[in-house]
Amino acid sequence: MKELRDPKAIRRLLGDIGEKARLLPRPPRIMEVCGTHTMALFRHGLTPLLAEAGVEMVSGPGCPVCITPAAIHEAAITLVSEKEALTLATFGDMTRVPTRKGSLQTAVPAPGSRIKIVYSPEEALEEARREPSRQVVFFGAGFETTIPAIAFTAKRAAAEGLGNFSVLPALWLVPPALRAILEAGEIAVSGFIYPGHVSAIIGAEPYEFVARDHGLPGAIAGFEPGDILLAVRSVLEQAASGTPRVALEYSRAMRAGGNPVARALMEEVFEPFDAAWRGLGTIPASGLRFRERFAGFDATPKFGLARLGAAGRDLPGCRCGDVLRGVIRPEGCRHFGKKCVPDSPLGPCMVSYEGACLIHFKYGQTRRPSP
Amino acid sequence: MCLAVPAKITRLEDSGQGTADYMGSEVKANFSLVPKARLGDWVIIHAGFAISLLDKKEARETLQLFKEMGAASRR
Amino acid sequence: MKKVSLELGSGGRLMRDFIAGTILPSFGNPVLDELSDASHLPGGIAFTTDSYVVDPLFFPGGDIGRLAVNGTVNDLVVAGAEPRFLSLAFILEEGLDLDVLQRVIRSIRAAARAANVRVVTGDTKVVRRGQGDKIYINTAGIGRSIARPEVRKIRPGDKVILTGTLGDHSLAVILARGDFGLSSNVRSDCAPLLFLLPLWKRGALWMRDVTRGGLATVLFELAERLRYPILVEEDKVPLSRPVRAASELLGIDPLYMACEGKAVVIAPKAKAGEFLRLIRSHPLGRKAAVIGEVQSRVGRPGELLLQTATGGLRLLEPLTSELLPRIC
Repeated sequence: MKELRDPKAIRRLLGDIGEKARLLPRPPRIMEVCGTHTMALFRHGLTPLLAEAGVEMVSGPGCPVCITPAAIHEAAITLVSEKEALTLATFGDMTRVPTRKGSLQTAVPAPGSRIKIVYSPEEALEEARREPSRQVVFFGAGFETTIPAIAFTAKRAAAEGLGNFSVLPALWLVPPALRAILEAGEIAVSGFIYPGHVSAIIGAEPYEFVARDHGLPGAIAGFEPGDILLAVRSVLEQAASGTPRVALEYSRAMRAGGNPVARALMEEVFEPFDAAWRGLGTIPASGLRFRERFAGFDATPKFGLARLGAAGRDLPGCRCGDVLRGVIRPEGCRHFGKKCVPDSPLGPCMVSYEGACLIHFKYGQTRRPSP
Repeated sequence: MCLAVPAKITRLEDSGQGTADYMGSEVKANFSLVPKARLGDWVIIHAGFAISLLDKKEARETLQLFKEMGAASRR
Repeated sequence: MKKVSLELGSGGRLMRDFIAGTILPSFGNPVLDELSDASHLPGGIAFTTDSYVVDPLFFPGGDIGRLAVNGTVNDLVVAGAEPRFLSLAFILEEGLDLDVLQRVIRSIRAAARAANVRVVTGDTKVVRRGQGDKIYINTAGIGRSIARPEVRKIRPGDKVILTGTLGDHSLAVILARGDFGLSSNVRSDCAPLLFLLPLWKRGALWMRDVTRGGLATVLFELAERLRYPILVEEDKVPLSRPVRAASELLGIDPLYMACEGKAVVIAPKAKAGEFLRLIRSHPLGRKAAVIGEVQSRVGRPGELLLQTATGGLRLLEPLTSELLPRIC
């Protein structure tokens, strides 16, 4: 796939994009919904190149670590600090999120307890099998891409009767969040880059309301530099011709209908509820919780943790919420790069590898070479 | 939001468990979400699960497109 | 009350702040203030120390014993000294298999022989079960000073040479723990860098072994001391296939991964070709490459910049915390 990073092809695409952007009545402002796109744009140095071509990219709410409210992070910290002989398994980024109770990385686990960083939820399940006397809780955060894997793991635990396994769910759905952002009307964007791997599960249909009801173009993109630029070009073409739709620019890895097997599994294990997002508030049917049949695998009631709907309080002064909604850029927060830095973050956006603040801090200060 | 890579299936058990090759490294993966996948197929792997089959024809077309763009601007 | 977190020892900014805010004010003197890998003392002697903790103790390409020798040897080499003598101190956990200790000692003996250093003093302590983790080792090293790094002589046009691939040690240890369901034929690059010593006589300006914090942190710390920026070209940086794969799969940036047998060398512009040939002629330096240059045209003084493979440009920051695989 190194062709998709070929500087010559990239320059050519950027040239195309620049020409198309100039033809539009207003400078285009495109939201990349997905944090992995934010990361790729900065890592490859594309954001400043796109800015030169006249396209402003805005980060969206696509970082599960960031939009998981403080209350759930605090519940995880409480759990591993107070319960003995328990393993809290989770993905790496989740351990650094600061809360009023510190972070998982500064937490001191109760005797016999530990925090285990995993790549796959099945690693947590494996630990539950190996140590039947230990409670294993998978702190599972994710969007539609990750949810089927978590659903599969819970269902497998049920089939094996693994009573010592449970999940602390932080499961989020992308389309309801997009709807909430658009209906709030706080941001002016001219189009969207949709997340390729979420779309591999849900397909293209769930975004169609954006074109239909809001008249905004969009394209589903892969994660190589070339993929993202193809999608940007498509959004500009749609804007120019006045024919907004959901373009598929990642057809090598996804079908228009998504992955029905994965969706059926999600449906079987989880049900939607009105979930509270950090920064976005409570959004109708935007989170998933266990269905009655699988309620025994929900760590929340099992360990008497805080109610799932509660958002909890952010650290004072943190404006992650506004960043997540695209209302301000990270640089617009007065604490950015001053009181809030990667070593001592005020909020999750400065923690997650996909957090807009961390990415802007690490990669954002790039300047053009002086001639 | 979702880091994932394309990898080639190198072992596939009836249980859906198996391994895939990614650039010469072997990664354990669960293929239950892509029941049509067969040994030797390419899949997209995220969090230890294959979430999608790679379409070889589409992949070739994308590569071709970029090869042409790379070559065209070389002139 | 503030407590020591793992991050303090991860080689990132927290550790640098700790050294600058606590260690230097307490002990500062002209020798320590250099914060060099090894200190040059009166009488042509260079002196360094390092402690070794690693889980697991044995991994493909090395073990804690081999690390304890080569780590200290390399600190002397990159400071401009020929390694001569080592001290060797063990802190052992009660209940450790004696066979494991014997195996580590055999490995130390072999590594010391290969690096041409003699173990001349030592110590052994045992702590109660659970108060330590199997084996901790501290070694101190004494060497003969042959040159001093010359940061002030570094000028635009001087070249940044990396002596081989990045990240192999980090990855070998991660995979040896059996985490993440990943396996590959990666091996730790743990090795002595003695073959770099002749470069000092030929005019090398500066060297640093690439350990904790990785290449980005090492070069960032150099750039901070220069009046010029440093530009690294992403596609010139040699990476082994297993590291390339793991970095994409787990989302870990190889520029921040640790090595135990690689160094960056700043070569005067006119000698870069000669240096590269010399390094490449050694089996441990075959993959060496010029990966960047001290700049006068791009960037601002003190900056470390990366020219990405796609043609973009971005600033590189030092490591801020432990590497964690990311998934979402």
